[in-house]
Amino acid sequence: MLKELWNDAAGGFHPVSAPDFLPEKQLREVQLRRLKAVVTRAYERVPLFRHRLEERGLTPESIQSLADIARLPFTVKADLRDTYPFGLFASPMTDVVRLHASSGTTGKPIVVAYTREDVDVWAEVMTRTLAACGLHRGDIVQNAFGYGLFTGGLGAHYGAETLGATVIPISGGNTDRQIMVLRDFGVTAICATPSYFMHLAEKALEMGVDLKDMPLRVGVFGAEPWSDAMRARIEADTGIQAFDIYGLSEIIGPGVASECAQHDGLHVFEDHFYPEIIDPETGEPLPDGTEGELVLTTLSKKAMPMIRYRTRDITAILPERCGCGRTIRRIRRIGRRSDDMFIIRGVNVYPSQVEAALLNVEGTLPHYQIILTREHGLDQMSVEVEVTPEVFSDKVRALEEVRSRLAHAIEHILGIRVGLRLVGPHAIPRSEGKAKRVIDRRNDS
Amino acid sequence: MKLPQLSVFLENRPGSLAEPLKLLAAADINLVSISLADTEQFGILRLVLKEWERAKAVLEQDGWVANVSDVVAVDVDDQPGGLVHMLSVLAEAGINIEYMYAFALRRNYKAVLLFRFEDPDAAIEVLKAANISIVQEADMY
Ligand SMILES: [Zn+2]
Repeated sequence: MLKELWNDAAGGFHPVSAPDFLPEKQLREVQLRRLKAVVTRAYERVPLFRHRLEERGLTPESIQSLADIARLPFTVKADLRDTYPFGLFASPMTDVVRLHASSGTTGKPIVVAYTREDVDVWAEVMTRTLAACGLHRGDIVQNAFGYGLFTGGLGAHYGAETLGATVIPISGGNTDRQIMVLRDFGVTAICATPSYFMHLAEKALEMGVDLKDMPLRVGVFGAEPWSDAMRARIEADTGIQAFDIYGLSEIIGPGVASECAQHDGLHVFEDHFYPEIIDPETGEPLPDGTEGELVLTTLSKKAMPMIRYRTRDITAILPERCGCGRTIRRIRRIGRRSDDMFIIRGVNVYPSQVEAALLNVEGTLPHYQIILTREHGLDQMSVEVEVTPEVFSDKVRALEEVRSRLAHAIEHILGIRVGLRLVGPHAIPRSEGKAKRVIDRRNDS
Repeated sequence: MKLPQLSVFLENRPGSLAEPLKLLAAADINLVSISLADTEQFGILRLVLKEWERAKAVLEQDGWVANVSDVVAVDVDDQPGGLVHMLSVLAEAGINIEYMYAFALRRNYKAVLLFRFEDPDAAIEVLKAANISIVQEADMY
């Protein structure tokens, strides 16, 4: 009976997904056992962590229940930078089989390490991710996540191989070749950032390739926040089912959480990554269902355990049981990061707020970009919005009206004046990787 | 008779007008009239042409946003009392003019006015009733 529920994929249940369905009591037991072990490991092997526990008068024995996790100190991104490159490793280099690093756009990169066991866990959670997205043996997977220091490419690669699918390790970029491969190889699933896939779909159409006519069935999208409107547009334009997956290098890479066929939040693989929601201002834990910052603890990581890592991602834990039958809890889709926030004239602004306003007026989300400048010492915010056939009119007045309605909708949400410029289609550069929504030129002059 | 008019969104920057026109020329598409409405921020290029369907496809293929609306062409030289008479007829009937522009027909150098009405069908009724002659599609191209 339960097996029916497990049967995500046309190819049948993949045994690797079994932990997704653990009875709750058993799941909590596994988590507590692993939490105790990982805290002990970090205490014994990572000087920074040991020092912080000692400061608080704590030892690994202080953890007697899962709730005790709230007594532990947070780890933040700066800790990884401050101990660059190997300061948080809990394994000797002889046990480390892989290093990844984030591209260091702000200062030093951060380095993450994996033992053989860590790589196996990573492959396992990515297999569970792809199975939850409905992939199975026989699928032909075009993996357009970047291979290299970025964790996306190799993470998805190992998961798809373990699942028994056929992997095309094409990596990111070279869109013409991507479209050729997608068409000629009979690709059934693609892994990519959502903004890159949108770029690819547009380019395909320009080349006369309609993705609706292709066997492509599933898109596995992650590595950047994307809205429900973007999903609706992708699904309508290409006829695929789009899944949101979540992960971050500091924790393991992709494979931390994934949507299932219900598309109602992302299941956290919480037998390996323990989720908490905290108030980002006070650090206090918040109950399930309340929105706050996601904090993750790696329960089984050997080379680089992360205890209460602050992700900066804003979400909520959804405590209700999912229709798919998985017992592992879900988080709401991540719409914003506390990092994405910028402050203009004393107001905190998230790009997702601007998106919500645009969506409200237009019904679908147009391409847009936020540009911040400083004129005569005063911060200015302007939004460039591409004209779509839906809002275009031959009447000047009608277009002016669209412009002012968009501006007012944004001003209404943010409470500050913004400039709004309608620009031509394709005027806003499409990135091959992550979408660049905010251009901050305030410190240019 | 209503005529199809093709409108194209332009950004207000140097060269933006030339680009779609070059594209149409390259596709061997002839224009009957060109008009540009522009504001500080953007412009709207309005074209009347025989092959409007092909022109729209050519422009959209290249990524331009274009739409089609109905306009009504009136031969002003033919009107007793001229333009003033015609405008008062429309005003009395409560017909709203969104915008209008003039151009010369190449075949006989006649001045023609193109009207974009809020309700073109109602406008045509009123013009016909007042015996104001409307240029037929066949005489335009
Ligand atoms: Zn589910």
